[in-house]
Amino acid sequence: MNIIILAKLVPDLVEELTIDPSGVALDMAWLRLIINEFDDHAIEQGILLKERGGGQVTVIAPDVEGVDDLLFTAAAKGADRLIKIAGDFAGGVNNHALARAFAAVVKELQPDLVLTGVQANNDLDGSVGPLLAGCLEMPYVGYVSGITLNDGKSKARKEYPGGLIAEMEVALPAVIGIQAAEQPPRYIAVSKVRQMMKTSAIEERAASELDPSGGAAISRMFQAEAGQRATMVTGNADEVAAKLVGIFKELGVL
Amino acid sequence: MPERIDYWGIPTTWGSPALYVYFFMALACILLAVRFYQRARLWWRVGRQEVRWDRLHVRLGRVIKYAIVQEKVLSQKYPGIMHLGLAWGFFMFFLGTALATINSHFIKILQGNTYLIYKFVLDTFTVFFLIGAAMAAYRRFIQRPRRLTLKPGFVWSLVLVVVIVLGGLLTESLRLAVERPEWAIWSPAGWLVAQAWIATGASDATLTNWHLGIWIFHLLTVGLMLATLPVGTLLHILTGPLNVFFSKLDRPTGRLAPIPETAKHEPIYASTLNGLTWKQLLDGDACTECGRCQDACPAFTAGTPLSPKQVILSIRDALRQDGSTLVGGNGQSSILVGKRIKDEILWSCTTCGACVRECPVLIEHVDAIVDMRRYLVIEGRMDAELQGALENLGRYGNSFGQSERMRARWTQPIQPPIKDARREPVEYLWFVGDYASYSPTLTDITIKTAEVFRKTGLDIGILYDAERNAGNDVRRVGEEGLFEMLAEKNAAALSKCTYQVIVTTDPHTYNTLKNEYPANGDERRPVLHYAELLDQLITAGKLKFSKKLGYKVTYHDPCYLGRYNGVYDAPRRIIQATGCELVEMPRHGDRSFCCGAGGGRIWMTEGEIQERPSESRIREAVKLDDVTTFVVACPKDVTMFRDAVKTTGNEQRLEVKDLIELVHAAL
Amino acid sequence: MNQDIYVIVEHLRGQVAEISYVMLAGARELAKGSGGSVVAVLLGHNAQGLAGNPSAGSGQCLAADKVLSLEHPALAEFTSDAYQKALAGLIGKDQPRVVIFGSTSIGTDIASTLSVRLGLPLVSSCRTFSSDGKFVSQICGGKIMAEGVLPGPTALVTMVPGGYKAEQGQSTQSPAVTQVEVPALESLRVTLASYIEPEAGDVDIAKEPILVSVGRGIQNQDNIQLAEDLAQALGGVVCGTRPVIDQDWLATSRLVGKSGKHVKPKIYLALGISGAPEHAEAITDSGAIIAINTDPAAPIFNIAKYGAEMDIFDLIEVLTAQVKAAKGG
Repeated sequence: MNIIILAKLVPDLVEELTIDPSGVALDMAWLRLIINEFDDHAIEQGILLKERGGGQVTVIAPDVEGVDDLLFTAAAKGADRLIKIAGDFAGGVNNHALARAFAAVVKELQPDLVLTGVQANNDLDGSVGPLLAGCLEMPYVGYVSGITLNDGKSKARKEYPGGLIAEMEVALPAVIGIQAAEQPPRYIAVSKVRQMMKTSAIEERAASELDPSGGAAISRMFQAEAGQRATMVTGNADEVAAKLVGIFKELGVL
Repeated sequence: MPERIDYWGIPTTWGSPALYVYFFMALACILLAVRFYQRARLWWRVGRQEVRWDRLHVRLGRVIKYAIVQEKVLSQKYPGIMHLGLAWGFFMFFLGTALATINSHFIKILQGNTYLIYKFVLDTFTVFFLIGAAMAAYRRFIQRPRRLTLKPGFVWSLVLVVVIVLGGLLTESLRLAVERPEWAIWSPAGWLVAQAWIATGASDATLTNWHLGIWIFHLLTVGLMLATLPVGTLLHILTGPLNVFFSKLDRPTGRLAPIPETAKHEPIYASTLNGLTWKQLLDGDACTECGRCQDACPAFTAGTPLSPKQVILSIRDALRQDGSTLVGGNGQSSILVGKRIKDEILWSCTTCGACVRECPVLIEHVDAIVDMRRYLVIEGRMDAELQGALENLGRYGNSFGQSERMRARWTQPIQPPIKDARREPVEYLWFVGDYASYSPTLTDITIKTAEVFRKTGLDIGILYDAERNAGNDVRRVGEEGLFEMLAEKNAAALSKCTYQVIVTTDPHTYNTLKNEYPANGDERRPVLHYAELLDQLITAGKLKFSKKLGYKVTYHDPCYLGRYNGVYDAPRRIIQATGCELVEMPRHGDRSFCCGAGGGRIWMTEGEIQERPSESRIREAVKLDDVTTFVVACPKDVTMFRDAVKTTGNEQRLEVKDLIELVHAAL
Repeated sequence: MNQDIYVIVEHLRGQVAEISYVMLAGARELAKGSGGSVVAVLLGHNAQGLAGNPSAGSGQCLAADKVLSLEHPALAEFTSDAYQKALAGLIGKDQPRVVIFGSTSIGTDIASTLSVRLGLPLVSSCRTFSSDGKFVSQICGGKIMAEGVLPGPTALVTMVPGGYKAEQGQSTQSPAVTQVEVPALESLRVTLASYIEPEAGDVDIAKEPILVSVGRGIQNQDNIQLAEDLAQALGGVVCGTRPVIDQDWLATSRLVGKSGKHVKPKIYLALGISGAPEHAEAITDSGAIIAINTDPAAPIFNIAKYGAEMDIFDLIEVLTAQVKAAKGG
């Protein structure tokens, strides 16, 4: 079973996000890039599948700040092959461009299964997973929180609102958009990652020109306005609690 | 003339008694040696290498202090006196027998007054011994303290040694009953018992026969004791002093050993017996099952599955069961972690060091627990909360998951702004720490600290955003790689600064900066906790108080300030200087009872506990009449104890204040 | 090529999903400017009835000018391959001005693939549109908004809820339904094996009037008890966000959010919840949201009626005690 996982790095929402002088993009200077949480789950799911049924896991990510750590951590979890795609990612690329860059490499590797996070917090033109599926003409199922593999066929548990799950049979090769892995991403000790830095190698592939066509043209990016902000209740714990009790009474629940 | 007569009353008809004695004792000693060797060889055959042969004179000093004088055993009065009676009795009898042997074959020293003193001393110690034995019996059968292992094996040992000593007493008394020398009073105990024999009116011949019988029995029981010593509960007679001899010398208590590596530079993790050092395996065999560690352990008291005693005994039991197969090279190592010692047990430890402080034979529980935790971390076996905290520490340098840019946000209201140590030289570099920087409830205290420093006119600066968690608890959780990474970042930041002294708010930061960070250049610049600094200033007259607060307070010694680094007096002098009256907690000084946050516990799920250590401590405090303030010197203590005061419903009764708050109020 | 705005109606097991109405409301806005009609695209099998039945009295007909019905057994239940193939044909032929998909488990399965397959631009996470053909999308957990003009001649978009109310996409008149020929749907690579019902759970949080909800800020499983105590005092029920359920600290039946339940309680007490869009969209119908969070910038404060910037652990037990006292217990 040849499994590929695509991961990208996205802005860390812990940091304050500001708009750059152009007014149409995030200011990268103060941004910290971290692995897209859903891609982290995709890596975990991929490793779980390998642990259960054998196979090879390749992780591919674009060459931006933090990618080495992402890939070595994946290696420490059990990924066999690490590939980073070099290209002009500095200004930020849209998902269409990224998907096409991934597609070139994925096509070459001929996987049975491609896993990636179902979405990312900076998606503005769709998500990498289904875009890639479109490029490679593979079937795509997203919002998946569990996968089983059985000789060339896969069963994906797709999530719907209200806790409803649909079990979809997906013919391989396919692209699956992971909502959550079957278990939370495991912890990898720093020393293990450092060890991987010494023993594993990251292959580099150059992206042929990044083609962003199909993406959205942004005329203005801005911080969400507070809109109608909540009425804040202040004071120490006792005072706040008392005021809340008053509110509960007003609302008729007490 | 009084002198020792060899083999009094022992017939020579079947040959020289000496021959029998030496032959039999040789046999017993050979058995002792062989069995002991069988046990001991497991230590170095199964366990990892470690150098503990250095500085012999210091080690011998420790043996005298802890194994002979038995200082630590004496830290509890009843069992201390009890054991001294038993142990010193035995030392004396051993010495006495040795002297008697020298007397028979080499120099006749046991005659005249020497002999009388010899008899008197031995008799006195016989009495001490029997008192000790009686105390022991009372303890084991009536008192039955929970910390002891009340198994038959221990009773048998006690019975055996009492029988041996009684044998000696009885033979002596029978001889005295027959001989009735003038100097008999120099053997008061023997002479007393002799009266009983005399009272029976038995003839000399009968008494001599009884003497022979008991003498033979005595010889047999001594032989039995020697032969069974390595497999019974008396093994500690040998392993205890050995353990003391080999105790940790190369590093201060507050420093952990790095992760060991194979010749090929691969790390060795303590998941199995092979991963532990030979000394750690010896720890197992040295354990007397006294349970003092357990009694002092906050995790055990809280009802978690951890008992430091059981951890050590698990190592011992594993070695006993699997040791020989491991030595035989039977490949399959005995998995310790997860099987005999469950993950939860290891994670429950707060690394407070109370167990290590208590142990009479100097077992190093915390080191073993951390070694095993290192394995759990590598395997990713930890609860989700701890994982989250470690991931935050790795990414943001603090466990709160907040940006490092927010680290100095607490300084915003401070005018004039605190100096940036990265940009200008300072005299004191104040390493603030995670909790003091990020915890919203503690910001108040941090600001007061800054104000105290300013008012005292100290030239102080902080690292602002360059500061990271110092890593003390990261290391104790077992994430050595993360600790190294944090230490590297902090050391790099520090190396760019010009300063004379490092001051910390937090004892955990203090411990690791002082004991575990590599020296800066050639000189190690001093690391002080703020209590030490303020104490120095008070002594030098540079810090004066304008008010006398007059509170009646009690003080909780933080584990990493007190027990680990010996700073007890400075905070107390400060309390006094602020005009407060100090009433000591029952468990104070190096007996202080941990708040339960250390060892990464504050980052973990609490789990099933019966009573939080912090609540137990608050309950201890409220028993002190009229004490209104609970003074601490650690931000985590403030957090834990303020919560505990609420949850135990003592908000009207007790207020938790950091030491700096007293100083601030009294300035 | 036309100036119509197509809305890909989402339905699951005989029920039209609320997002469909939101999309129709957005489509109406766009249609004003484009001069075209709002066209609801209904794929399914025997699904025409979903367009709405005015006599049912609920006024829940699709507020569309017309409905295009694509009927095929393979479309009876949503599967990405069949729907994508059916729509590729339709969109390729009709070339409408805009095609709106839901930013949901259904919509996102097909929108991006169609964008590449048909070579049409795609804008996602749209909240609102304006009649001059502009969109406003949200990213970064709702903290950042991006505005732009929908590219022509045909644009695909996915929509998130929150910009319009469902009522704005509903009407009392059922639109005319036109059958559209569906291409052959063979060798489908994705098929539905079965549905798995959610665990019944002891409570249906969607029906509860008082909800005490916990997020990541609750920190661990033990602390859930504090929320339980408060809920009990108030006479309500505990629920939680995705991270809490993923850790198994609460049953799946208690999940509030995009993949969980939409709730409309009288009061929704959000403890230590940041208010990310996936969660926010499921609670905006609450009577009043009361949020407690240490981060004043948390998006939850933008949808809450009342808020307090404090540590939930400083407040919970005090609040529970005061509620009990107020109830006279």
